[in-house]
Amino acid sequence: MASGQQWVLVEMVQAFYEEKEELIEDWQPEPLVPLVSKDHPPPKYDVVSGPTSHKIIVNGKECINFASFNFLGLLDNERVKNQALTSLRKYGVGTCGPRGFYGTFDVHLELEERLAKFMRTEEAIIYSYGFATIASAIPAYSKRGDIVFVDEAACFSIQKGLQASRSNIKYFKHNDMDDLERLLKELETEDQENPRKARVTRRFIVVEGLYINTGDICPLPELVQLKYKYKVRILLEESLSFGVLGEHGRGVTEHFGVNIDDIDLISANMENSLASIGGFCCGRSFVIDHQRLSGQGYCFSASLPPMLAAAAIEALNIMEEDIDIFRLLRDKCKHIHSALQGISGLEVVGESISPAFHLQLEKSTGSRELDVKLLRGIIDYGEKNDIKITFSVATIPASYCFSSCVTPDYIVIYAQTTAHSLAQISIDDIQMLRMHI
Amino acid sequence: MLIRMTESSVKKLSNGDRCYRASNGVKPGKNGCVKNHYLYQKQHCYPEEKIYHVAHNGGLYKRPFNEVFEETPMLVAVLTYMGYGILTLFGYLRDFMRDWKIEKCQNATEREEQKDFVPLYQDFENFYTRNLYMRIRDSWNRPICSVPGAKFDVMDRVSYDYNWTFKYTGKVVKDVINMGSYNYLGFAENHGLCADAAADVTMKYGVGVSSTRREMGNLAKHEELEKLVARFLGVEAAMAFGMGFATNSMNIPALVGKGCLILSDELNHASLVLGARLSGATIRVFKHNNMQSLEKLLRDAIVHGQPRTHRPWKKILILVEGIYSMEGSIIRLPEVIALKKKYKAFLYLDEAHSIGALGPSGKGVVEYFGLDPKDVDIMMGTFTKSFGAAGGYIGGKKELIDYLFTHSHSAVYATSMSPPVVEQIITSMKCIMGEDGTTFGRDRIQQLAENTRYFRRKLQEMGFIIYGNNDSPVVPLMLYMPAKIGAFGREMLKRNIGVVVVGFPATPIIESRARFCLSAAHTKEMLDTALRMISEVGDLLQLKYSRHLLVPLLDRPFETTYEENEE
Repeated sequence: MASGQQWVLVEMVQAFYEEKEELIEDWQPEPLVPLVSKDHPPPKYDVVSGPTSHKIIVNGKECINFASFNFLGLLDNERVKNQALTSLRKYGVGTCGPRGFYGTFDVHLELEERLAKFMRTEEAIIYSYGFATIASAIPAYSKRGDIVFVDEAACFSIQKGLQASRSNIKYFKHNDMDDLERLLKELETEDQENPRKARVTRRFIVVEGLYINTGDICPLPELVQLKYKYKVRILLEESLSFGVLGEHGRGVTEHFGVNIDDIDLISANMENSLASIGGFCCGRSFVIDHQRLSGQGYCFSASLPPMLAAAAIEALNIMEEDIDIFRLLRDKCKHIHSALQGISGLEVVGESISPAFHLQLEKSTGSRELDVKLLRGIIDYGEKNDIKITFSVATIPASYCFSSCVTPDYIVIYAQTTAHSLAQISIDDIQMLRMHI
Repeated sequence: MLIRMTESSVKKLSNGDRCYRASNGVKPGKNGCVKNHYLYQKQHCYPEEKIYHVAHNGGLYKRPFNEVFEETPMLVAVLTYMGYGILTLFGYLRDFMRDWKIEKCQNATEREEQKDFVPLYQDFENFYTRNLYMRIRDSWNRPICSVPGAKFDVMDRVSYDYNWTFKYTGKVVKDVINMGSYNYLGFAENHGLCADAAADVTMKYGVGVSSTRREMGNLAKHEELEKLVARFLGVEAAMAFGMGFATNSMNIPALVGKGCLILSDELNHASLVLGARLSGATIRVFKHNNMQSLEKLLRDAIVHGQPRTHRPWKKILILVEGIYSMEGSIIRLPEVIALKKKYKAFLYLDEAHSIGALGPSGKGVVEYFGLDPKDVDIMMGTFTKSFGAAGGYIGGKKELIDYLFTHSHSAVYATSMSPPVVEQIITSMKCIMGEDGTTFGRDRIQQLAENTRYFRRKLQEMGFIIYGNNDSPVVPLMLYMPAKIGAFGREMLKRNIGVVVVGFPATPIIESRARFCLSAAHTKEMLDTALRMISEVGDLLQLKYSRHLLVPLLDRPFETTYEENEE
């Protein structure tokens, strides 16, 4: 090579190297979190000081608690606490390991057996966090290329599970079986065009027993019919309906009298009716056993602390002994539903037997900030009069937008069975609420 | 201090520091032997081929960093592949026999009514589970019925159909030495200060909370815990969550999104991988603990920008762990921080195993290297391992935590932590910091460090292949062959020692291992018993593969010398 050419080559390489260094120098990342102005007040939560039960002390003030999911009033039950204490004295607090590595305690095995027996299924599996239950169960079965039909009003943990599974997701209108059938028919025609692919594509329907976002119950018998007609499997999420619906509290399958074997997987969390922490899935061994190796939240996470499992077992005992509490809960729900009807400006959204329902503004003022302010005002007013209710967080599923911030559109009121709460919520209090609107 | 390094070359970072790398994870077997590099001589004058020195690298490392991953012996690798090959053939044979009903099928099957549905599981997905995992399934999921301290009671179970089903005999194997639970500082106990405090809180507050942080679940105890955690770590603010796994998978999506880049270590935990995937950002993987690979990725990313559009990246986030639990290696934090500062990236450090276990006062890998916690943008950790509770936390600047308050999915949708668990963390953390007026914390940290050094040294002297850093309380012992996985677990249990064995898919297929987790609750007698039994089983199963035999040490604490003989 002539020396002139060599020199040019060296210069080019050097220039390129300097260019790289310049690019690296010049690049500025965005700040890790978006900057907030200094005069924006820092976010604060209401501080609860004292035990949570049907009455709580919030920000120093004692209120009647209409904001916790304490449906059966077991949060402050003495038997449950004593059982947890005994367990603490035997096992300590933490389990120091995942289920596979000496994190399985005999309490876990007992709780799984009891839950399976209670729900009349073959097997149950426990998770250490309620949120992670359905979010780990869905990706264990549904993979890339499979098709999942989900109700629009599905809760956030279902949405996260679907996102993790990378399957094709099709939303159908809330509780609209015709819409679902339309989608299933479309799928059938697609299958006829491509039978080879259809033979390996799994299909699932994911619904909730009692929707937390709207307070209604899913039409389970129609779903089971659709299941056998179009050969789709049903995954049922019963966080709110476990311990609430059905004569014995077995959930929406008992409520409708559907054979529990028709549902492929039932998932629930133990944080509502059972007043503990964690979640469980139950169903046939064929289905549940798979999660023991492929449920991410099960294999890669520490197991549930044994005292919480013992508390759940005791709560199950109470549920089995006293069947009347479910009827009592339903009566109270109906009572408060009817008492809150007819407030001008607010409408009650939810089934009459649902213990969690929403108060929604009948007409939106047009701007979200104003709506939020109005709702907040009602909450503060309630607090001044010793009633604690709270904002609900309703997320809009991916078909519209995937947003990670919350959109408070409703106030949620959660009813409880304990005798005190409703006795003290007299009609006068409801009148006061009415006058404020 | 004279310690061996596998291979290194001098590399200058642009800030003038020199960086001596060890090729961890990269097998130095190119010419079949290990290269030694004469870098720094201290006081003795041994002949050159016998001494290996450590890197005291400019200002980056204030203490020697010695991590070793010995190469797999060739014969062992060949035999392991053969073993898996034979198992696979037998697997096909058994499947064939089951298909043709010659052998009874023990698997649970689909319902009659649903036989014409699309099958729920593909056959080949479960091939490994049916044919390999089932044979040695009794090494895992062993139920215990006591507190998981230094010794525990394992429930006895038998199987009459080759591990398809188990029956509990009702007997309990008592006082098994626990080398498997993550109990680094020994806080898993049912009596003592922490347990009493947790018991009080149980009776006062109950066990459940039934509400999210945002609604009614924010107890005063939670706020107290978060202030304490921030003080412990040396950061401005912290936030606690109910599950360590969920901490990662819910918060990484809140911090990065589309248009951002995540650089994640090869061997990151499933929760980090899931969080990165859920965020929607582009993920690139760098070789395990390999700073050159990381720097190359950083440079390429900034210079070339996003794929296809070449627009600049919005943010770059580096995901690393403090201690990697399958390898026992410690992240090279000083170099990562130097790189992060140079290239203006953000660092997410997952200290699940290293918080409480490393550092002179248990404050984790940042204190171990003597660095400033403010250099790490997001410090994440869990309370399960060293604090004997459950849950996770994130610590960092005040703006970060304020942002997570409103935008973290976990705070908005997931139930808050149970009060007795919170109390256990508060008490144990105060104990570690020494604020409860006793020296328990200090003593335990000291005991753990001594146990670690002693145990690792002894195992290496015996001739086992041990991976990882000399200071990490996680000790992986290589088994390689599939039959030895099951055999090791069973033989150790017969001798009253509970160990954890790991195989595929948690590790590469031929590198199955047994993993010991040391604890401050282990006394020297327990460790000696364990070592004796391990040596016995090692002779029985021929596990002493190491070709780099160490001459047993003279009795000296920490700074020690040893000679090495290479064959």
